[in-house]
Amino acid sequence: MAEHSASIEVVKPGLSTTVQDHGRSGQYHLGIPPSGAMDQISFRAANLLLGNDETAAVLECALMGPELRFNDSRQIAVTGAEMTPLVDGTPHPTNTVVDVEAGQTLSFGFATAGARAYLAVSGGFDVPVALGSRATYGLGSLGGHHGRALQPGDPLPLGDPRAAVSHRALPEALRMPLAKERELRVVRGLYDHRVQPDSLDGFFQEPWKVASEADRVGYRLKGGTPLRFIDREPPFGAGDDPSNITDACYPIGSIQVPSGQEPIILHRDAVSGGGYLMVGAVISADMDAIGQLPPNATIHFREVTLEEALVARQERSAWLERLRAIG
Amino acid sequence: MASRYTVGADEHLFVEVSEEMSLDAYFTSLLVTQELAERKIPGITEICPANASFQVRFDPDILPLEQLRGTVEEIEAGVGRQEATLDTRIVEVPVLYNDPWTYETLMRFRDRHQDPSGTDLEYAARINGYDDVPAFIEAHSGTPWFVSMVGFVAGLPFMYQMVERDRQIQVPKYVRPRTDTPKQTVGYGGAFSCIYSVRGAGGYQMFGVTPMPIYDPAAETPYLKEEMIFFRPGDVVQFRPIDRPEYDSILESVERHEFIPRTAPITFALKDFESDPAGYPATLQEALRG
Repeated sequence: MAEHSASIEVVKPGLSTTVQDHGRSGQYHLGIPPSGAMDQISFRAANLLLGNDETAAVLECALMGPELRFNDSRQIAVTGAEMTPLVDGTPHPTNTVVDVEAGQTLSFGFATAGARAYLAVSGGFDVPVALGSRATYGLGSLGGHHGRALQPGDPLPLGDPRAAVSHRALPEALRMPLAKERELRVVRGLYDHRVQPDSLDGFFQEPWKVASEADRVGYRLKGGTPLRFIDREPPFGAGDDPSNITDACYPIGSIQVPSGQEPIILHRDAVSGGGYLMVGAVISADMDAIGQLPPNATIHFREVTLEEALVARQERSAWLERLRAIG
Repeated sequence: MASRYTVGADEHLFVEVSEEMSLDAYFTSLLVTQELAERKIPGITEICPANASFQVRFDPDILPLEQLRGTVEEIEAGVGRQEATLDTRIVEVPVLYNDPWTYETLMRFRDRHQDPSGTDLEYAARINGYDDVPAFIEAHSGTPWFVSMVGFVAGLPFMYQMVERDRQIQVPKYVRPRTDTPKQTVGYGGAFSCIYSVRGAGGYQMFGVTPMPIYDPAAETPYLKEEMIFFRPGDVVQFRPIDRPEYDSILESVERHEFIPRTAPITFALKDFESDPAGYPATLQEALRG
């Protein structure tokens, strides 16, 4: 490594810290999912606070943040989960611009609300671009820092910063809500016709809890009543379980229910296909919120029409436009 | 039967060509998605063919669902049986069946298996009516396979064997999925073979392992320098059983970056296969000997 290149050294990696950005597209048919920040609103807000490119690479820090040593003076911003940044032990607020001097160490407290904090650094993290993105795809050892979550001793290269920004903060109204209870809007479809109608109605009306197996691949839910399926002969090639289908693609956001038991909402590192039926999908506008749900948070599904999903999509676009106006 | 159109919320159109696996459904999925890709329609972000269905991801701000659906229906109506031919390639994949690494793994996860007293190969041979494991391996490697879908994880091919329906092998997946599978394991679930491209979780029965890399994000493998993923839907695979000395020798050649898989261009015609399902695959295998 060149002597003068700016970098951050990972002292402690935290629970699961990865380099993420807007993600990649066009490779899902080969089993390579989009990856990228699970909460795209908070990720973009962190960059916009610093005057970075909106899609510059950041660190996504799940539940317990990392400890990082800076060898260059930079500005940082932490958004998303409420995870207090400490500069040489001194606490600073989230959702604002903080100065870190060369030689200082940045660490974090536990997340007290939300599940994923986004750490943006002026100039962004300059890891190599892989298939159009710097996002980490761990299952495929692709992108990010050597295709994996951070480990102690990793050097993270930084890009060239733009001019320092005056200290500004993200208005409360533009922050991702971090409540432990959250409504997710769902459009019914895919293989919903294979489930007894009253069983599926109950499925969407019951509260569900986020299980401990909730990660970037998918959010497993627990606590509800298992589905009852409509009787049929298993189609050739599908498998014998009533929840089996002839292996098909899985939409990002789709809700699969293996054996009718514990639903899984697929997210940005999704497995791209498989043999379990899906009963619908979370609308695109509500995907950001999922990444901020810690284990044991409560989810209420609400069925919406496609028209309502498109209205929500416009509202999310308007939110992003207001974020860009702070830059 | 007409395809079933449905949505994955506001960004995905999902089309189930058939509930059950068939070559007709597979070819419809492949040919419709190929034609859709060729049209390069603004607003489409992903086109994913599967075994008997396909999915299109789109941006509804650019391309309204009804417009996309109309285009896909139009393409599907135009895909006739006479067009069911593919200019593709046949690839020979060496396989060490009954290898020590999948054996060690399957023993570790025996409590998750239908038959804890045997191996995956013994179980699959028995429930498919084969006298012994060698006869089963002969059936698995005797006839080529279509790569009908790529996915699950990066570059994993799902494959469907070119034999009549009554000769097709079927096995259930593990009762509970494993948390570990050796890299490049040759697996089996439902009516599909697969090759695990990376180490990780899996639910397919494990039959063997290939020394041939099929995914290389580091781009060190000579035939994976341009594209990190080897397989594409429509590829034809011929498994070749190898013994341990040959496995070791191929692996050394892989590590020296000298191994190149044997491939040959072929044209596959669905009608020719259906009129002679026993004889036609042999003409494709011929191409590898050329």
